[in-house]
Amino acid sequence: MKYVDEFRNPEQAQALSRQIRELAARIGRTRTRPLQIMEVCGGHTHSIFRYGITQFLPEEVEFVHGPGCPVCVLPMGRVDDCVALAEQPHVIFTTFGDAMRVPGSKKSLLKAKADGADVRMVYSPLDALKLAKDNPAREVIFFGLGFETTMPSTAMTVLQAKAEGINNFSLFCNHITIIPTLRAILDSPELSLDGFLGPGHVSMVIGTRPYEFIARDFRKPIVISGFEPLDVLHSVWMVLKQIDEGRAEVENQYGRIVPRDGNPEALNAVQEVFEVREFFEWRGLGSIDHSGVRVREAYAQFDAERKFHVPNLKIADPKSCQCGDVLKGLIKPQQCKVFRKECSPETPLGALMVSTEGACAAYYNYARIDISNLETHPEKTATGKTA
Amino acid sequence: MCLGIPGKIVEIVDPEAKLATVDVGGVKRTINVAFIVNKDHPVASCLGDWVLVHVGFAMVRIDEEEAAATLALLREMGEYQSEVDNMKHSAI
Repeated sequence: MKYVDEFRNPEQAQALSRQIRELAARIGRTRTRPLQIMEVCGGHTHSIFRYGITQFLPEEVEFVHGPGCPVCVLPMGRVDDCVALAEQPHVIFTTFGDAMRVPGSKKSLLKAKADGADVRMVYSPLDALKLAKDNPAREVIFFGLGFETTMPSTAMTVLQAKAEGINNFSLFCNHITIIPTLRAILDSPELSLDGFLGPGHVSMVIGTRPYEFIARDFRKPIVISGFEPLDVLHSVWMVLKQIDEGRAEVENQYGRIVPRDGNPEALNAVQEVFEVREFFEWRGLGSIDHSGVRVREAYAQFDAERKFHVPNLKIADPKSCQCGDVLKGLIKPQQCKVFRKECSPETPLGALMVSTEGACAAYYNYARIDISNLETHPEKTATGKTA
Repeated sequence: MCLGIPGKIVEIVDPEAKLATVDVGGVKRTINVAFIVNKDHPVASCLGDWVLVHVGFAMVRIDEEEAAATLALLREMGEYQSEVDNMKHSAI
């Protein structure tokens, strides 16, 4: 329990841990496999590892690390598209720092920059817009990525570009949307999840209502969770409580940040600028229907896909890389053949090793935590009810 | 990017464009407050608000206690410095 001292309220953590063990033992009597809870968001993955939260959980409860790290689910071909855009003459290609080191099939954006392309890290899409204003003879492209947390900011930046008539600014839109992604996970026959920790900051934007189908149609509990270690433990307890009582509901543990209806101003901006794509390609998960958004026709002049030639090649992930299986929760990072060998945070082969929110980087960085109890248990058929 | 960072609004820069200055642990930068204003909470009333900032936009108002807890969390997770560095060194 070497991390317990770092909890702001260790007594509360221990108390929650006891209650979780009691609940899990009671539920576990009717089943032959562990309870699997997917934390959808990469921020939760990071928190779980940083604080060694699994130490507070009994063996019957395990986390499945979900796809909620936008950088980690970028396919190689998309990085190649970014490099192709960045290498066009007169282009300043702007991106969040997280995306710089994601490997493409030939090179990363960082390598493209070293090779002479004008790639610049920005903190905000507004900084990209300012670059466009300051460099009227150049074309400034912003690489927009992220779930609904960052989508409104990109939308507002496009609205501002239009209002100010900054026509040398455009967006390479790679925003993804959480609900179709969760639906695809729930539809997958390979998965045997018992419940979800819902993403905190995506929900701050979209609210809690869009998750209702998970409880209604799939009979799975979902608890929107904060990022504090105590939040995560509390949310795990809430999921187990639902299972124990035979309930399947959307519950909100992060009410101090997440209103039921989300952020209407942010949703309006998203609605105005973006429309849903028919499908979108994900690393490891393949193509998921309606899981991405693109710029609406009304804002075509700010759409890099319309303005420039984007190669849009499909590049298969390297054969040795098992990011896809990790993303689906089929294997744990340390079970991947290249984990800690060819693939490390210094020389990542797969995207899950690039970002601190990626499951593989988390396992790698916090390997000093005892992970022996995280090995995948042999899959057996569930005999008990799963709520 | 996804965890955001808490800051305090210390100046309204441009009420029309909904721009304000936020102070994040002593680092000041201009952010957009369009997502936290409405007719009940106009731009001028944002002065002194604690907000959670994601990629240059205030996304939600929070209380000071939540801000302090989130700052401590980000520090412990090693995300605080990188977020502040990103703010400071952004290519503008």
